[in-house]
Amino acid sequence: MTAQPPVNSLRSLPDSTGHFGTFGGRYVAETLMPLILDLEKEYRRAKEDPSFQEEFDDLLKNFVGRPSPLYYAPRMTEHFREAAPKGKGPKIYFKREDLNHTGAHKINNCIGQILLAIRMGKTRIIAETGAGQHGVATATVCARFGIPCVIYMGSTDVARQQPNVFRMKLLGAEVVPVESGAKTLKDAMNEALRDWVANVHDTFYIIGTAAGPHPYPELVRDFQSVIGTETRAQMLEAEGRLPDMLLACVGGGSNAIGMFHPFLDDPEVAMVGVEAAGHGIETGQHAASLTGGKPGILHGNKTYLLQDEDGQITEAHSISAGLDYPGLGPEHSWLHENGRVRYVPITDDQALEAFQQCCALEGIIPALESAHALAALPQLTTEMDEDKILVVNVSGRGDKDIFTVAEALGVEL
Amino acid sequence: MSDRFETAFSKGPALVCFITGGDGDTATNLDALVEGGADVIELGMPFTDPMADGPAIQEANLRSLGKGTRTDDIFRYAAEFRQRHPQIPLVLMGYANPMTIRGPEWFAEECAKAGVDGVICVDIPPEEDAALGPALRDAGVSLIRLATPTTDAARLPAVLEGSSGFLYYVSVAGITGMQQAAQGSIEEAVAKLKAASDIPVAVGFGVRTPEQASSIAKVADGVVVGSALVDLVKQHGDKAAGPLKELTSALAEAVHSAR
Repeated sequence: MTAQPPVNSLRSLPDSTGHFGTFGGRYVAETLMPLILDLEKEYRRAKEDPSFQEEFDDLLKNFVGRPSPLYYAPRMTEHFREAAPKGKGPKIYFKREDLNHTGAHKINNCIGQILLAIRMGKTRIIAETGAGQHGVATATVCARFGIPCVIYMGSTDVARQQPNVFRMKLLGAEVVPVESGAKTLKDAMNEALRDWVANVHDTFYIIGTAAGPHPYPELVRDFQSVIGTETRAQMLEAEGRLPDMLLACVGGGSNAIGMFHPFLDDPEVAMVGVEAAGHGIETGQHAASLTGGKPGILHGNKTYLLQDEDGQITEAHSISAGLDYPGLGPEHSWLHENGRVRYVPITDDQALEAFQQCCALEGIIPALESAHALAALPQLTTEMDEDKILVVNVSGRGDKDIFTVAEALGVEL
Repeated sequence: MSDRFETAFSKGPALVCFITGGDGDTATNLDALVEGGADVIELGMPFTDPMADGPAIQEANLRSLGKGTRTDDIFRYAAEFRQRHPQIPLVLMGYANPMTIRGPEWFAEECAKAGVDGVICVDIPPEEDAALGPALRDAGVSLIRLATPTTDAARLPAVLEGSSGFLYYVSVAGITGMQQAAQGSIEEAVAKLKAASDIPVAVGFGVRTPEQASSIAKVADGVVVGSALVDLVKQHGDKAAGPLKELTSALAEAVHSAR
């Protein structure tokens, strides 16, 4: 547990109405409002209840396999030191969320939310998924607790993520292909919201990222903050000090906010979030809401969105299905505007190169999402002295992505 | 603020008709609704992500956007409607992002200029009123709020605060155009709402036939029909005015003769 944040802390938001500055909030249909207010009350009670924290910690340890290692990456460190000007090139560590049960950080949040659902007496779970990682994590916790679940997934994603669809089915979930819009993550979220509004009486919606109406951005962040809290302790043990820079990819941004949040009040720790620039910002085919979007309201919160001048949402593009969403969590919008976190765009091609480099240099196949974070290393490492320390959040493993990567590289399997 | 709502609801139960702007021949279709006997018109502003709508209105949104409908077009339909029909209340219904993207003041002023009497925004609950409500009230445009089966007595005052024109009771917890609520539950809910407020209560979601409309009009001040009309636009394309007028006439007669 971390101490109460100081008065001028960057860690004290959202405010009592669920806002991070002008971002966040509860932009939902009236039907959902009473439920969202109940969820907030129940979450406050759960936070005060030691038995909730105990059960959460126990499941993270024995079911998920936490703590995940903080791994010193010697060959990546050497590689970038050689490429950098003399005296530059920091020591690189990986936070190994890829080693969690189900292969990514998503499970941390699902454990927390299903415990809340059970506390609230809900008997049915719904979730949206893009790449299928959150769907698999949700199906996993539902199987573990014997609760039926329905996963909404755009039919485009169903076609390109068949292994994950089969995994979800094996775990007992019903997977509903969504045919509206571009048939990807945004449309899956619309359909999940439609289900929820029609089934509020018995259904809990496990949102997969630190976005959506308050209190979701807060509670998802809190459940994912185990990443940053562990990193802090592990780094103090390994190096006797805090890291100089944290690096994470940002789709909705749950792995990044989980890594960053416990360090927000440590001014010596710089933070960089990596957005998916797809084919390049200038092509319009990207998923970089901060670099290429502006503030707006969608899916229950106010945040940066890809949209046209009329406020119509535009389609995102990224080679990584997990980053292929036209918005991001509201706390990132706030951290972007106040300058605490720097956000940089990385293209599909840069991510592909980093993906291969990580395989070859460290023997770790990273998720394409995490490869976006790794792809910022060439630039960031040339700016940092060699006695500095940089931690990359390797948010997931890349087994799910090998078909996508093979296709992009023109390899026939 | 205009007295068009007052006039429309003073004659007994009112028929409120919804179509999506830019889907089909909007101006002609709006005229057909009025000719058929609609007392209040709701014009849907299309949005890429209509998450409170069922398949019928979702598709109407996408058809409209697919044809290149812009926010300017919606205000043009509204302003021209106001010139042709000086007395019929006109409501814009839609989602928060297109309404607030240029700032709520801009939107409220455009509504006032076009002769729009009221606005229904699906995803701005009372808790986020600041995002749109004050600007509308300053411009003399009614903010029409939604009450639902999940709106309990404790929340109702917050829903009513700052709302005017009429109160839209969403009779089912769900999305538009799917199932209809049981008559008993509607009667009970409308009685509660009317006890708490002086403004008219219109009931919608899932109302498709004159029979349903008639039963609701026995207890409510207004009946809202949307998906059934939007289905006709889908079916008949640019030649939907005749069928729209026919259904509206049947609905209007049922509503107006209910009591």
